Amino acid sequence: MSNLLKVSLSPHIHGKETTRKLMHGVIIALMPAFLASVFFFGYGAIIVTTVSVASCVLFEYLIVRFVFKKTLTINDGSAFLTGLLLAFNLPSNIPVLIIVIGSFVSIAVAKMTFGGLGNNPFNPALVGRVFMLISFPVQMTSWPVPAGFQTGYSDAVTGATPLAIIKEGIKNGEPVSQLMSQIPPPSQMFLGDIGGSMGEVSAFFLILGFIWLLYKKIITWHIPLSIILTIIVFTGTFWLINPEKYADPLFHILAGGVLLGAIYMATDYVTSPMNPKAMLIYGCGIGVLTSVIRIWGAYPEGVSFAILIMNAFVPLMNRYIKPKRFGEEIKNG
Amino acid sequence: MKTFPLGGVHPPENKLTAGIPIRYLPIPPSVAIPVTQHIGSPSEILVKKGDMVKTGQIIAASKGFVSANIHSSVTGVVNKTDSVIDASGFRQTAVFIDTTEDEWLETIDRSSEIITEIKYSPEEIIDKCLESGIVGLGGATFPSHVKLSIPRGKRCDVLIINGVECEPYLTSDHRLMLERSEEILVGITILMKALRVTQAMIGIENNKKDAIARLTGLSGKFPGISIHGLKVKYPQGAEKQLIKALIKREVPSGRLPLDVNTVVHNVGTAFAVYEAVQKNKPLFERVVTITGKSLASPGNYFVRTGTSVRYLIEAAGGVPENTGKIISGGPMMGKAVSNADVPVVKGTSGIVLIPEEESSRSEMTPCIRCAKCVSVCPLNLEPYLLMTLSEKGEFERAVAEGITDCMECGSCSYCCPAHRPLLDYIRLGKSLAAKMARKQMVK
Ligand code: SF4
Ligand code: SF4
Repeated sequence: MSNLLKVSLSPHIHGKETTRKLMHGVIIALMPAFLASVFFFGYGAIIVTTVSVASCVLFEYLIVRFVFKKTLTINDGSAFLTGLLLAFNLPSNIPVLIIVIGSFVSIAVAKMTFGGLGNNPFNPALVGRVFMLISFPVQMTSWPVPAGFQTGYSDAVTGATPLAIIKEGIKNGEPVSQLMSQIPPPSQMFLGDIGGSMGEVSAFFLILGFIWLLYKKIITWHIPLSIILTIIVFTGTFWLINPEKYADPLFHILAGGVLLGAIYMATDYVTSPMNPKAMLIYGCGIGVLTSVIRIWGAYPEGVSFAILIMNAFVPLMNRYIKPKRFGEEIKNG
Repeated sequence: MKTFPLGGVHPPENKLTAGIPIRYLPIPPSVAIPVTQHIGSPSEILVKKGDMVKTGQIIAASKGFVSANIHSSVTGVVNKTDSVIDASGFRQTAVFIDTTEDEWLETIDRSSEIITEIKYSPEEIIDKCLESGIVGLGGATFPSHVKLSIPRGKRCDVLIINGVECEPYLTSDHRLMLERSEEILVGITILMKALRVTQAMIGIENNKKDAIARLTGLSGKFPGISIHGLKVKYPQGAEKQLIKALIKREVPSGRLPLDVNTVVHNVGTAFAVYEAVQKNKPLFERVVTITGKSLASPGNYFVRTGTSVRYLIEAAGGVPENTGKIISGGPMMGKAVSNADVPVVKGTSGIVLIPEEESSRSEMTPCIRCAKCVSVCPLNLEPYLLMTLSEKGEFERAVAEGITDCMECGSCSYCCPAHRPLLDYIRLGKSLAAKMARKQMVK
């Protein structure tokens, strides 16, 4: 027998989970929605995604290799995922160079300056997106309308998103019931046949991915459901008070980035809280902020801002909102 | 289905030996019997080189209340008292005996007849446990007579029997429950009498349906004993978790089961108590599972204490080529031994051989803050945070965050996708925090 037995402390076995597998799990969950975008927006969706993923992975590689002078972390899949999520938040006709700039901000600024995976306080894809929205407002808000599979890119036909139509209309004093006739019915919105960011449109396929994430135990229900329920309650209250001045909750959930944000962006491990209680509070916060921005803010959409604002509170929440420990209550009471 | 509420993991069960009946391991040519096989003070050696001893004869006497007698497991000549390396890697004193034959003390009843009638008073039962060197066989090895002596002002209203065996691989308790069912039930009745309780609950994980059925079938004859199937989830057999699962009481942090009016004993202990009280047999052998995926013939054996692990492995077909680790106990909480010469002691529930390819740890990567460690901790601690605090030396805050509560179940390290050695750091933090607390007490 070998005399070199290993001695290490227990436990002596390890589960099958790895960081890479978790990241891949989220990527797989996003695939149905990706295919739906390709179906609705055509080549544009493929180009945006390819450029975004490739540049995120490349920037991470270059920084790790030449700035940190370390071996690669690319294979953990996190840069790929950031690229994918960034693409999902972009219009499918945005100029390629802008995507590369956004990817740079996501990876180099939002992730690597803080020390890489696990250390960034803000969701990298959202930092990239918000930076792009502020720097390139025109390109970032020209939304191609879904026209079946099409091969055009920058010449795609564009139009306003449902959220923008409602926002503009309400500002101009038009009654919501009339505005609603200008936007697709909920069933069409549910499938994703509407204008918007390439990955946010299809509620159905995003929810399919959510079920997969729950089944695989990659995320828990706490953050997504608390966001969605809060938005329903908040916008629902105003809608009940005055349905001609405020859009209904179903519209708020199906239009824009609520599902993409709640299921895939707000649940980012690194930038979300560490225990269920804190997760629920975080989710409610995002729900309230999103509703407030949508109803009273300058932008028609508020999910990204809401998540980033709540990201800032996560360290505080982790410090002060604690899970109840086993045997604790009895000791103190 | 009954279970503990918080956290837990599901490691592959790998109960390779669940269907293999217990056999008697041949008596080895020599044994090394450590004089500390229990929690508490070392026992005082009563024999010297050249002495003849019989099987079951006392060779070291308990010293102080929390201590236990040690008996010879073989008949032979004391060769020397010397140090031996135990499973934890520490040197400790042991009595080395060269076996000549197997002649048991005359007082021991070797017949296979099951004696159900209990003739003894609670005090006599406790005395017999003390005399026979009974300790907790679930692994904690706390002297049983101490656990049976309820201090003034405390009360016990239900006895809990741990037949969970939630560690992967191990099957010694499972086989014992199947093959010595009636003896165990008598043993439990004896424990009930000693504790003056009328109710006992046996908790068994649902992956041992045959044992549950067998004990349930027999339990009609034993008033007050009920059998409860529990969800298969690690660490279902941890004392506080088992209490919570069975009687919904939560043992406060830093306290004992008795603080919620219960006492927990292991099924193996119940069997040892039966043998001690009804058969006058001291504790010098126990069931040990010897197992591993590459082992030629894994099995369950009655093994005499002091038998070297090497001898036991030989009986199971020898150490396979690719062995990377030998674990005393289960893979979640057991100890990796540095060599195969460590002796089997009262607390050895199993020996698990882990192949080379499964024994190396993967490289640790950055914490992705996935909170999985938090969600699997049965105590709802925050392992990622405790690790960081230990790393940084912030022990005061670590204590405030509950580091001393950690029962070292290993669920956190097991599940961490970044392969962070959470429990290693938590252990370090715990021991340094304890040191700090001692220093402050001196001041
Ligand atoms: S399980 Fe590992 S990676 Fe996840 S939070 Fe805990 S320490 Fe970090
Ligand atoms: S080892 Fe300690 S910290 Fe880790 S899961 Fe078990 S009790 Fe919790």
